[in-house]
Amino acid sequence: MNRISVNVDGTTYEDEVEPRLLLVHYLRDRPALTGTQIGCDTGNCGACTVDLDGASVKSCSVLAVQADGGEVTTLQGLAQDGEWHPLQRSFHERHALQCGYCTPGMIMAARDLLRHNPDPSPEEVRYSLRGNLCRCTGYQNIVQAVLAAAAAPDSVTAPAAGGEQTWP
Amino acid sequence: MSAFGTRMNRVEDRRLLTSGGVYVDDLRVPELRGAAYVTFVRSPVAHAVITRIDTSRARAHPGVVAVYTATDLTGLPAPQPFGRPAHSGGFFAELLLAGEKVRFVGEPVAVVLTDARYDGRDAAELVDVEYRRLPAVVGPAEALLDETLLFEEAGTNLAGQRDRDTYDDTVFDEADVVVEREIVNHRVACVPMEGRATAAVFDGTRLTVWHSSQNAQRCRSTLAESLGIPSEAIRVIVPDVGGGFGAKIGIDRDAIVVAWAAWRSGRAVRWAESRAENLVAMTQGRAQLNRIKLGGRRDGTITAYRLDVVQDAGAYPRTSTLAPVTCTMAPGVYDIPHVQSGYRVVVTNATPVNKYRGAGRPEATAAIERAVDLFAAEIGMDPAEVRRRNVIAADAFPFRSATGACYDSGEYGAALDRALGAAAYPRLRAEQAARRDSGCVKVLGIGMSVYVEMTGGGGETAKVTVDGKGQATVLTGSSTQGQGHHTAWAMLVEAELGIPVDRITVVHGDTDLIPKAVGTYSSRSLQLGGSAVHKAASDVRSQARRHAAGLLGVRESDVTLDVGSGTWHVADDPGRFLTWGQVADHTGTASICADVEFASDRPTFPFGAHLSAVEVDTETGMVTVLRHVTVDDAGPILNPVLAEGQRHGGIAQGIAQVLFEEVRYDADGTPLNATLADYGAVAAADLPDFELEAGETPTDVNPLGVKGIGEAGTIGSIPAVQNAVIDALAHLGVRHIDMPMTPGRVWAAIREADAERRSPR
Ligand code: FES
Ligand code: FES
Repeated sequence: MNRISVNVDGTTYEDEVEPRLLLVHYLRDRPALTGTQIGCDTGNCGACTVDLDGASVKSCSVLAVQADGGEVTTLQGLAQDGEWHPLQRSFHERHALQCGYCTPGMIMAARDLLRHNPDPSPEEVRYSLRGNLCRCTGYQNIVQAVLAAAAAPDSVTAPAAGGEQTWP
Repeated sequence: MSAFGTRMNRVEDRRLLTSGGVYVDDLRVPELRGAAYVTFVRSPVAHAVITRIDTSRARAHPGVVAVYTATDLTGLPAPQPFGRPAHSGGFFAELLLAGEKVRFVGEPVAVVLTDARYDGRDAAELVDVEYRRLPAVVGPAEALLDETLLFEEAGTNLAGQRDRDTYDDTVFDEADVVVEREIVNHRVACVPMEGRATAAVFDGTRLTVWHSSQNAQRCRSTLAESLGIPSEAIRVIVPDVGGGFGAKIGIDRDAIVVAWAAWRSGRAVRWAESRAENLVAMTQGRAQLNRIKLGGRRDGTITAYRLDVVQDAGAYPRTSTLAPVTCTMAPGVYDIPHVQSGYRVVVTNATPVNKYRGAGRPEATAAIERAVDLFAAEIGMDPAEVRRRNVIAADAFPFRSATGACYDSGEYGAALDRALGAAAYPRLRAEQAARRDSGCVKVLGIGMSVYVEMTGGGGETAKVTVDGKGQATVLTGSSTQGQGHHTAWAMLVEAELGIPVDRITVVHGDTDLIPKAVGTYSSRSLQLGGSAVHKAASDVRSQARRHAAGLLGVRESDVTLDVGSGTWHVADDPGRFLTWGQVADHTGTASICADVEFASDRPTFPFGAHLSAVEVDTETGMVTVLRHVTVDDAGPILNPVLAEGQRHGGIAQGIAQVLFEEVRYDADGTPLNATLADYGAVAAADLPDFELEAGETPTDVNPLGVKGIGEAGTIGSIPAVQNAVIDALAHLGVRHIDMPMTPGRVWAAIREADAERRSPR
C-alpha cells in the first residue's frame, strides 16, 4: 500500500492505495467522481480523459500513485459557481452529445486542444480528437461545438434545470 | 399548437454535462454499498469439451466471496432471450454458464465474486478449466457443410430455413441480362461506449436489478422466466444508458448470471464488463452471406430479383427475426414483378448475433442496391437512371410489396432526385471523367442508394399526470439510450397542455413505476411512445376542460386552454381564468392523470436516398469519403436537432461498417481484433461533415404522422458508400468488392483488375 495525496477538482484527498490501482478507478471509487467514464482497456477510447498537472491524460493508463502530490481536473470540476465552461455550453447548444458516455473525456480532450491551439481548423479538431471515440454523434456536432467554444471562449450561466429524472 | 419543427436543445444535457450522468457502474446507492464484484471466467477456445473445472484454488484466494459454475445453476430454466427462434426446436439451447461444452471464445464458464475489484481478476485466473479442443466452424459457408457440428444431437448446423424450395428459375427467362453474385455482409461489433453493466441486490423477498438496457420491462420478464421467480418479486431499474444500438435489447445470459449471483449469495453484486469482454461476449450484428440474382431488360427495366440469405447466428441462435426481415425487405424501393427470397440460419463457433442498428434491413438494402449497380454496369446505363425507371411510383401508395409488406407512403423518385440535385450529380460525374482522363492516381467514385425500411409496429404505454402545483410528470415505456426522449416527450406535452418544458418531468426505466412497456428499438419511440404520450396528454386536457368548466360554472364548450400561458379561460371573458394547478387541485385527487396504451396494427416505412462521393488512392487503396448527401424521410420532424443527431450517428456507423469495421477470426475461431486498439471503430478524423436534405412525407399509421429515423442513416449510407468505392474503380473493370473496404482489399481489387486487363485472352 502506498500513501498518496491528490487534489481532485479543488479538494485534497489523502489515501492508502494499492500500487496497481488505476487513476480512473481511484477517481470513481474514492471521491466517487463518477463523471469520468471507462470505455476500453487499451487506452484507445478517451472516455477516461482528465487533466493531470496541466497535461491531458487517459486516467485508465495512469496509476493513482503517479498522481501523488498532483492536481487532477475532471469534467465535474469545470463548472464554477453555476458558470459553465464554454465547452459545456457549446456541447449543449450544438447537440454534441447523445448518450453522454464519451462526453466527459471528449470535453477534457477538447479543452486540452483549445489550450494549445485556441483557434483550430475543423481538420485540426478532427485530428486532435482521434483518440476519443463516440459511437452516437457521428462527430460532426462535436467538431462544431469545439469550434464554437474556440470562437466564444467566455463561460456562461448554466441553463435552468428542467424537470429532470434522478436515479435511485 | 404543434411543437413539430421546433429546434430545441435537450433538457437532459445539463445533468450529463456537469455530473457525467449516472450509468449502472456509477451508482453509489446505499443498497450497493459493499457490493461484491463479479468477474467472469470465459472460454479462451472457440469449440471444446470441458473435461474438468477446478475452482478450489480460486476459492482459497483472499477476498473471494464465492465461485459459481454451471453445476450451481442446474435446474434453472434456460434463458429466453428476446425473440428466441421458434425454429431452433429443442436444439441449440444456450445455458446460463457453459457446462459440458463451449462454443465460442468468450462464452462464460464460471463467475467469481470478490470483495475488491482487482481481486476478481486474480481469482478468475485461478479457476482451472480443462478443455478438449474440437475443430471450429468458422463462418457461415463452412457451417453449411455440416462437417463439424456444434450441436451433435441436432445432427446439423442448420437452425432454420424458409422459402428456398419455392425458387423458380423461369422468372429470369424474360430478362435480357441477368447478374448474379455472392456478397458478404460481414460481422460487426455493436460497441456502445458503455459496455454491459449490471448490479443486483436480493433483500430476502425482492430482487432489484440495475441493468444497462433498452427496455427494463423485458429484462424483468426474462429474469422471471430464467430464474423461475414471479415478476412481482423483481424490480428492474435502467438508469442512464451509454448507447444500445440493438445489442442492449432486454437482458442476456451474462447479466442474468449476475442477477442470479445476488439472489443466490445474498450479497449485493456489481459487474461492468471490460471492453475485451464486450467485444467477444456482447451480441454482434449483420453476419450474412447473400446471393443476389437480378434480371432485367436493356432499357433498364428490372423484371426479376432473388435474394438468398445465409444468416450466421453465431454459437447460439438468439433471434428469429433478422433473416426473415431481410427477406421481407428484399425488393427495397423497386416495383419488380417477380421477387423471391429465402434464408438459412446456421450456427458457427462465434459470438451470437442479434440486433444491430437496422437489424435485417441494412442487409436487404445493401443486397438490392448492389444488385442494381451490377445491372446498371452490365447494361451500361447510369445507375441513377436505372433507379428512376424502377422505383415504385408516388401514386402507388399504399403499396403491397412482392414480399407482402405494406408500404404506407413514399416519394422514392423525388428523394433520389433531391439527393442528386443537392450533390450536383452531373458536375460530380464531370469531375470523375476529368480525373480519369488526366490519369490522376486519386480517382473519384460516386455511389447512391435509395432505401425503404420498416420501423415500429406494436404498442407502447404512457402516463401523464398534472399535479396541484401545475407540474406534469410523464411516465413512459420508451426508455432512452441517448436519443433525447426527455426533451421530445416534454415538447409533446407542452404543445398539448401549455405547461412549460421546465415544469415537466419525464421518467422511464423503472418497472415499479412503469410495469408495462415495450421499450426502445426498431426506431419505434416517437411513433409509438410519442403517440402514447400525445394521447395521454390530450386525455388529460379533456379531463381538465371538464373540471375547469365545473369550477368556472360554464359549459365545457365555453372553456378554452390558452396554450401560450397554460391557463384555462372562459371563451368570451379572458379575465376569468384558472391555472393548471388550480384545476388539478380541485379534482378531489389533487391531480389529473391519464394512463394509456397506444398501438398501431402496422409498421411504418421511412425511406430516403443517399449519395456518397469518395476518393480512392489507386496506389494505396485508401478510401476517403469526400461528401455524403442524404435525404432521410421519416415524416414530420418533431425536433430537428434530435433527428439530425440520429442521422449523423447512423451515417457514421454505416460508413464505419463499409470502410473499417469487421470482427475477424482465425481458422481456430479465435477473435483477431477484440480490442479497440484493433477493431476499427470510426474516429472523428475518418469522417467528413454530412449534408442533410429534408423530406417529410407523413404516414397515416399514427396520429403524429411520424415514422422512425434511428436506423435510416445506417441503412442508406452502407450501399451508397460501397457503390461509390466500386464506381471509382469501374473504369478499371472492378465490378464488386466486399466490405469492409480496407485499403488492402481495395488495392488487391485494383491489382486484380489490372492483371486481368493485361493478360492476353
Ligand atoms: S477507458 Fe481510458 S482510453 Fe478508454
Ligand atoms: S454521445 Fe454516446 S458515445 Fe458519444
